[in-house]
Amino acid sequence: MSNVPPDLKYTKTHEWVRNLADGTVEIGITDHAQHALGDLVFVEVPESGRAVKVGDPTAVVESVKAASDVYSPVAGVVTQGNPGLASEPEAVNTDPYGKGWLMRLRPTNGTATAELMAAPEYLKLLQTEAG
Amino acid sequence: MGRKTPLFELHQELGARIVDFGGWDMPVQYSSQITEHHAVRRASGVFDVSHMCPVDLKGARVREFLQHLLANDVSKLQRPGKALYSCMLNEAGGVLDDLIVYFLNDSWFRLVVNAGTRDKDLAWIRQHSAKFDVEVTELTDLAMLAIQGPEARMKTASLLSASAADTALALGPFFGRQIDNWFVARTGYTGEDGFEVMLPAADAVRIWRELNAAGVASCGLGARDTLRLEAGMNLYGNDMDEKTHPFESGLAWTVAMQPADRHFIGRSALENITPSRQLVGLLLEERGVLRGHQRVVTPAGAGEITSGTFSPTLERSIALARVPAGALQQVQVDIRGKLLNARVVKPPFVRFGKTMIEPGVIA
Repeated sequence: MSNVPPDLKYTKTHEWVRNLADGTVEIGITDHAQHALGDLVFVEVPESGRAVKVGDPTAVVESVKAASDVYSPVAGVVTQGNPGLASEPEAVNTDPYGKGWLMRLRPTNGTATAELMAAPEYLKLLQTEAG
Repeated sequence: MGRKTPLFELHQELGARIVDFGGWDMPVQYSSQITEHHAVRRASGVFDVSHMCPVDLKGARVREFLQHLLANDVSKLQRPGKALYSCMLNEAGGVLDDLIVYFLNDSWFRLVVNAGTRDKDLAWIRQHSAKFDVEVTELTDLAMLAIQGPEARMKTASLLSASAADTALALGPFFGRQIDNWFVARTGYTGEDGFEVMLPAADAVRIWRELNAAGVASCGLGARDTLRLEAGMNLYGNDMDEKTHPFESGLAWTVAMQPADRHFIGRSALENITPSRQLVGLLLEERGVLRGHQRVVTPAGAGEITSGTFSPTLERSIALARVPAGALQQVQVDIRGKLLNARVVKPPFVRFGKTMIEPGVIA
């Protein structure tokens, strides 16, 4: 069963969101998503300063087999793309909630993460998808 | 749901992710595509290729028929068991399929054609076989396993009786023969040594488990694709199809234009073609992954990637691309609007576990 940390928020498209102490949010893809994609060999993260809307394709994760967009779960301005993934894209597979984070954003408003799912709800979604 | 091979339930039991491939439900990977890839380059792996279609051709004039049907010349096949790779062309010189043909005896040849083209191929072969009195029989109730890698032949032989093992291990490259109730051929699609085996469907699960127990890794179509691309081998439907001819598909070496009086289907079209395009290998010199249909920018005009992937052996992205004819060294590839540098190289990229090109270093 997929690892779903209780302290994060989730999207239907399998991104996670973590609120950081400085008011920015950190975004990545879930354990379920990395497992479904398989061995990641290239990750394209956004440039800092880029403004994104909810649902914008903002990063790209590429496995041997295919390229997949990662959609921003929040509106805001990118403060940082994870620089470590250029040389170590496999961190998204091995540590999706830690070293494998993709980007950090400063949300444009305080309620930016309100429509996201909490962990129990996301777990339920995974169970539904597994049928 | 698609068609299923005799190994489908075993693939599920082994935890494979199943995908549609040419109408068949096939395993794309079991654990990690990269691990499976390395298993074949370094040791051995087994692939289910039961979706491929073996066809027996029998008749006194079967050789003459194949000299008409195929772009390569089966007169090259003089020793029983010898195999030949060939394209089957339409009248316009377009590639209907690529296949392997085995010479078994003077009135019996065997073809193995692609799964996705099976119905079209059988109709075409039957249509042209009539006037040669050749009987066309699709073989069913068989499974096909490809056991590939430097240890593959020894591991496979370890499952056989002593005399059968000796016979199998004595097969030269690109030879096949019936050994008890298996047809064993020293062929493959990975750039490594190994066997492709046709065996009764009812035995397939037991043999797969025995191979696993002997240390042969279960490998999916994902690894098969990265292995064949590293080996510089074309995939029908990606790198060539009915709209392209062999000369612009890196397959001129498979077309026997001599002798000039062999009138194979597609010949007259090919005689009037001056190729304006060519299929080349590309090595991406920056970070990223080349994929099919990406635009290639060259000094001689635009081209397109036909197959692209990440090469687990080179740890770089490689591709086959159709580009304008002529000498080219450096090109650029449009990946999501950015032009990245790629070097034109001559495939194969990897052969028998060895890197055949200098990958260089990414800054």
